Amino acid sequence: MSPLLTVEGLTVAFPGVQAVRGASFTLDRGECLAIVGESGSGKSVTARSLVGLAGDRASVKATTLDFDGTDLTGLDERGWRRIRGGRIGLVLQDALVSLDPLRTVGAEITEALRVHRDVPRAAVHDEVVELLTRVGVPEPEVRAGQYPHQLSGGLRQRALIASALAGRPELLIADEPTTALDVTVQARILELLDRLKAEGTALLLISHDLAVVSRLADRVAVMYGGLLVEEGPTREVLDGPRHPYTRALAAAVPSAAARGTRLAPVRHSGPPAGPDGCPFAERCAHADDVCRDTPPPPAPLRCHHPESGPVARAVFIGPEGVFIGPGGRALDEPGAVPPARGAYGTTPGAPDPRAVGHGVSLSGIGDTLLTVTDVTKRYGGREVVRGVSLRVDRGEALGIVGESGSGKTTVARIVLGLAKPDSGSVTFAGEPWSALPERRRRPLRRRIQTIVQDPLGSFDPRHDTGTLLGEALAFAGVPRRERRARALELLERVELPASVAGRRPAELSGGQRQRIAIARALAPEPELLVCDEPVSALDASVQAQILDLLTELRSALALSLLFISHDLGVIHHISDRVAVMKDGEVVETGEATSLLAAPSHPYSRELFAAIPALTRADA
Amino acid sequence: MKRLPVLRPRALPRPSVALAWTVLVLLVLAAAFPGLFTGKSPIEIDAATALRGPGPGHWFGTDQLGRDQFARVVHGARPSLLVGLGSIAFAVVAGALYGLASALLGRTADRVLMGINDIVLALPQLLLALLALAILGSGQLNVMVAIALAFLPGYARLVRAEALVVRNSGYVETAVTLGQGPFTRAFRHVLPNALGPLLVLASTGFGMSLISVSALSFLGFGARPPTPEWGVMLSEGRGLLQTAWWLGVFPGAAITLTVVAVTVAGRAAQARFTRRTAG
Amino acid sequence: MKINTRPARHRALRAVAARAAGAVAVLWGAATLAFFALALIPGDPVTIMLGPFTTAPQSIRDQIAADNGLDKPLFERYLAYLGRLAQGDMGESYQLQKSVAAVIGEALGPTVELALAAVVIAIVLAIVSAVLTAGREGRLRGFVTSWELVAVSLPPHWLGILLLTAFSFQLPIFPVVGVGGPSALVLPALTLALPIIGVLAQVLREGLEAALAQPFAVTARARGLSRRQVRVRHALRHAAVPLATLSGWLAGTLLGGAVIVEAVFGRPGLGALALQSATNKDMPVLIGIVLVSALTFVVISALIDAFQLLVDPRVRT
Repeated sequence: MSPLLTVEGLTVAFPGVQAVRGASFTLDRGECLAIVGESGSGKSVTARSLVGLAGDRASVKATTLDFDGTDLTGLDERGWRRIRGGRIGLVLQDALVSLDPLRTVGAEITEALRVHRDVPRAAVHDEVVELLTRVGVPEPEVRAGQYPHQLSGGLRQRALIASALAGRPELLIADEPTTALDVTVQARILELLDRLKAEGTALLLISHDLAVVSRLADRVAVMYGGLLVEEGPTREVLDGPRHPYTRALAAAVPSAAARGTRLAPVRHSGPPAGPDGCPFAERCAHADDVCRDTPPPPAPLRCHHPESGPVARAVFIGPEGVFIGPGGRALDEPGAVPPARGAYGTTPGAPDPRAVGHGVSLSGIGDTLLTVTDVTKRYGGREVVRGVSLRVDRGEALGIVGESGSGKTTVARIVLGLAKPDSGSVTFAGEPWSALPERRRRPLRRRIQTIVQDPLGSFDPRHDTGTLLGEALAFAGVPRRERRARALELLERVELPASVAGRRPAELSGGQRQRIAIARALAPEPELLVCDEPVSALDASVQAQILDLLTELRSALALSLLFISHDLGVIHHISDRVAVMKDGEVVETGEATSLLAAPSHPYSRELFAAIPALTRADA
Repeated sequence: MKRLPVLRPRALPRPSVALAWTVLVLLVLAAAFPGLFTGKSPIEIDAATALRGPGPGHWFGTDQLGRDQFARVVHGARPSLLVGLGSIAFAVVAGALYGLASALLGRTADRVLMGINDIVLALPQLLLALLALAILGSGQLNVMVAIALAFLPGYARLVRAEALVVRNSGYVETAVTLGQGPFTRAFRHVLPNALGPLLVLASTGFGMSLISVSALSFLGFGARPPTPEWGVMLSEGRGLLQTAWWLGVFPGAAITLTVVAVTVAGRAAQARFTRRTAG
Repeated sequence: MKINTRPARHRALRAVAARAAGAVAVLWGAATLAFFALALIPGDPVTIMLGPFTTAPQSIRDQIAADNGLDKPLFERYLAYLGRLAQGDMGESYQLQKSVAAVIGEALGPTVELALAAVVIAIVLAIVSAVLTAGREGRLRGFVTSWELVAVSLPPHWLGILLLTAFSFQLPIFPVVGVGGPSALVLPALTLALPIIGVLAQVLREGLEAALAQPFAVTARARGLSRRQVRVRHALRHAAVPLATLSGWLAGTLLGGAVIVEAVFGRPGLGALALQSATNKDMPVLIGIVLVSALTFVVISALIDAFQLLVDPRVRT
């Protein structure tokens, strides 16, 4: 039997941009194919082309675009409208904006019903309730009359899925369906999608998250620069990725096994490829003129120099060749237990002294730098932080993990002296901190600096990078004539070229902006760096680079970190100790590896179990 | 989910923007050196040429006193532009000070100042201007003050809102963590960032003030005949429309052209400004 | 996050109360402003009442001052003024020998007629122009947007003169003087409406385009809806939301525009009355008009708020 969906040679171009370059794949009923890639890779455009919604400026071409015997290439608008919703459903991320905020959930589902099915008016309500029940929405009668903003993120996403299912489509395209959700909610949405798949719906999943994909997908296609670089069964691709990009992507996922190792390969930049060449050539250490000038070999593995074997952790691609770092094991080698902290420096078979580890800077340090004692903070009568006590030692990284609304950011603001605790106290280096009047705290502020999720908002839009760093240096007491030299030093420290000094952050990429934010935070030579979700908005490979940079800086400068994240892999990668927060309280604190391996609080257990990991299901 | 690639508007000035700037330059020249454009007097009466239609010699025709309308329109640039510019400058400066005071002097001051401001804001601008003129008496200077007073509350509100946004922004917060004091923050970050959008909006507000100036002159409060002012000219021509349509057309066209040019240039500046800050 | 109806009702009541308090504050503020503006006026009100060429002796002047309570201290006069105002008494016109309320009452009708006609024309044309051009490119859009730019840049008095010249003098379709039957209303209403159309259409189109760029518009099309259905069923409601920010502007433009339109077309009305009283320094009448316009603002913003409550569920909770 022929597959439900056959795509061959799909090409999408926007004026001046080739978004998709000859993508080919197939999808069967009851099967899930995931297209994985970073932002700008062309994965969303691919998905939208399948429902004819790539946009007015897009020019879409394909050799074959066959859906169950219907040739999609020849469809006019009327034909597309029969396909959309009726045969192919589309679910976007964040239902708060993907459902019309001015209409009830029920109205949205009704609309979808009316377009494709001749449901008698009297039966519409029952049908809506049934759909909501099917996607696991409790109290469907009540929910149908509510507006998206009255529902929680998880319920909204379910309602959105229900509206996509209303026309009984045979294929559901889910574009980052869980990206904006907390992990526990995400886990339940993934379960729902898995159930739909089991019921026979074909699923095309678009995601940037390898871990999410590994939970759900039967097959994975990895996209880079508009090209599907590697495709195959999920386990095969994730266990033994062969394309250098897939390997880099797999290695970039922070996790227990990756502790103390580099996540990103040393940045390689070669000459850019020609229009037909491999888009990854510029970043690939193996690239040669053949890669740059000729089209990559045909699917499924579009690479002239594929690698094989397990992905080495801490792959260090330098001019001398390839080193296997201390993690030296596959991602998911069965029974892989991360070594204890500080052990990396002496692990046999770790020849590369450049591999960075937590242990390096920690010798002989142990006195307490920051103490948070029984801190409570109320906003508008609600306690957002309740009796929180924390400690950060000199040179240590404390990770705070929790879902949205757990109070992590408020704790960060209290530590930074931007919010005053209602009760309890914060001391820094043995001296009072939160109790100080602002006038006396001001001269001490340089000792605690911060980086945040959205660095752009933290830069005065009128200033270029040089001015921003100069300002920070001025407050650190650096004399005017030394500032320029120090600013360039800082840029070098965060691995940015000096030319960045003359540009404004708004003109730079997300990763570069975060580097500038780090450079500015380092300017006053702080002892503690408060990092509030610093890598959450970044693509996996950029996230890997920033995490590497932070790890390196810690070793070099003996910095203490208070690191806040919702991402357990990130937390595990960077922290020595971890605190788990829920509803404003710290439910559990402990040494990172042991706590993450064996959480004792029920919430921690639930949280950790919900997180999709790249491990094999049977491991 | 990521955004589909969208092409940025071209950075090159579109022809309309270039045209707007050309018009503005010509207007400024006409205001400064009207002799460059016409050798005729705007007020000289010549009964022999009364009520001639547009044509060679009198491009815009003549009025019932035989005055050359082209010369009057050219000479009208100076009083019209000066009063408009003066009123908008007054409104912006006073509005900015008022708004900043409201934003930065604490909650009680904010309540009182914005309470008064909002009440005035609720009244029609033209009515406020009429009220001010009834108190002050007419005259070009008083028209300028009256329009400034009418425009002021809008700018005050805008500056206050901008100042609050900036004060609560990430970069001012970062300045706190760097150890900057409140005065440094106010003058290094809050003031310049709040003023940017105000100045850009003021450029479009200039267009509105030009319309108001000419309206008040038309209604008989501003410049007095025989001053060649566009609003006055319209009011003089109002009674003769049946016989001399040109008297009603050219002065108004001059106002409209000026306002369109100011608005186009102002919007282009606004677009550039938003692009700059949004990245 | 279940909705509880009772607190919702409480909130609604509180919102209404706040609204009413705000309305009273605006009216009181306008009254106070007007009173002190009057007190600030240079020159003697008695002189103004008697006209510039009076030869009345001092005794008569004192009598007039006493009749009007002008001999009392300022604060006492302010309280008395507020007290009278609360009973709807806005005083006597200096020149027209009638109560302000009567003068304004006579003028109100024609202006309301004019404003309503203009608002209806403006809303209909703005919606049509915005829906036709939002999210599209090409010649039609270019033409419409440049036309809107011109419409907001047109001085209303000139626009009135142009329309008169074209449609009353050159082509005698409409009467020259704007009083009388419906045909007399056409040109004045158009003059008042055109600048409003320009602004309204721009705001609506921006709102429509913002809504069409939202993911829910993609979702709706992915459901199988046509472009037009998405526009009409989803985007138009979103575009209506930002209109609330325009309420103050709309009230002001209508009344301010009425001053000019009534002057150009020789129509009676509040605008003409405002102009006349400003020219003659007939302060009680002018202040009465200020109060009426404050009331208008309060009413229009209440109407627009109610409309927004109807359209946007996010405001309700």
